[in-house]
Amino acid sequence: MKFKDAAHLLRLAGVFVVGLLSFVLVRGYLVPKSFGQYGHYRGAALTEIKAQPISYAGHDTCEACHQDVLETKNKGKHAHVNCEACHGPLAKHADNPIEIKPELLDTAKLCAKCHEANSAKPKHFPQVVSAEHSAGLACKECHTPHSPAIGDGGKK
Amino acid sequence: MNLTRRHFLVLVPAAAVAWESVVAGTPEASPNYNTSEHWWGMLVDIEKCIGCGSCVRACAKENNVPDGYYRTWIERYQISEVNGVETIEVDSPNGGMYGFPDSHKVGAKAFFVPKMCNHCADSPCTQVCPVGATFDSPDGVVLIDEKYCLGCRYCIQACPYGCRFLHPEKNVAQKCTLCYHRITQGLTTACCENCPTGAQQLADLKNPKDPIHEFLRTHSMQMLKPHLATEAKLFYNGLDGAVR
Repeated sequence: MKFKDAAHLLRLAGVFVVGLLSFVLVRGYLVPKSFGQYGHYRGAALTEIKAQPISYAGHDTCEACHQDVLETKNKGKHAHVNCEACHGPLAKHADNPIEIKPELLDTAKLCAKCHEANSAKPKHFPQVVSAEHSAGLACKECHTPHSPAIGDGGKK
Repeated sequence: MNLTRRHFLVLVPAAAVAWESVVAGTPEASPNYNTSEHWWGMLVDIEKCIGCGSCVRACAKENNVPDGYYRTWIERYQISEVNGVETIEVDSPNGGMYGFPDSHKVGAKAFFVPKMCNHCADSPCTQVCPVGATFDSPDGVVLIDEKYCLGCRYCIQACPYGCRFLHPEKNVAQKCTLCYHRITQGLTTACCENCPTGAQQLADLKNPKDPIHEFLRTHSMQMLKPHLATEAKLFYNGLDGAVR
């Protein structure tokens, strides 16, 4: 038996082919080129995340200029405390050391952030109740922050 | 326009080359960094954490974390026993950003636990993303493509560690990136850089010279919720069984 209305089927097939083609074309246009570069995600996202600017310059950068402070610091208990842990983010200062200067710190408040006594702190960590210990006097009156033991160069 | 056939034939390949370079985009920001040579994780030593909040403050400044949201935070556990019944109190005022007021609890076991994204090798959060906006990078960091994120919050529900949040203005999921912009430049993360006691240390598990290997060999390490088989890469030393 001869199939009479083959033209209908051909037309339908044509619609499918056009649909498939447009799907492939639109998909090729919309899916970013780097999608699937490493996995099921946009590979260019890695580069974009990497491009975020830094705020903390890192200890190695500080060392490049502040050798004198480093020498003092290495002698004392704060040898392993990085500069920016107390001084704050200074990447801008590292980029432009002349115009951008770090703030002078208030040791009466700063030191308590770590050394104020707390029952949940490890027992071996040096802690004081600052109200009893110094009654609001700035810590640097007796301790040098860079090398804090009494006798390491503090005023008393 | 007078364009001879000869000129046209020269111009077309030139234009094609130019277009290729446009499509390829700008070169890598850190050309010496090879993703296949690293496998990042972190060491957290609870015995050294003093709960000062330096990591939380540093993270917020480095990554512009909105107020009231935390990519890393500190929890204080206080475990006391009254008449044979164990009571566990956990608090984290402002994520521990400004430290903790002394509770003057006598006889309680108390300690601080810094928390952040565990950068799981088998992460539940990346598995649920419907659009491929969050992914495990080839060097073992779980990241978010903010341009692709729809803000559907599936990943926030899926994370068993509560490490993700929806950015209130951008309406995209955010989390710790392990300071990917820093570690790919050879710097350490902002939290590790600012930890005064060395309680947090970035670890490259593919680098045989990294001190993490010696530490893992000589200490009893634990990760959070190991029963979930997330292959978390945040290794805790001195982790109490009460910590969830």
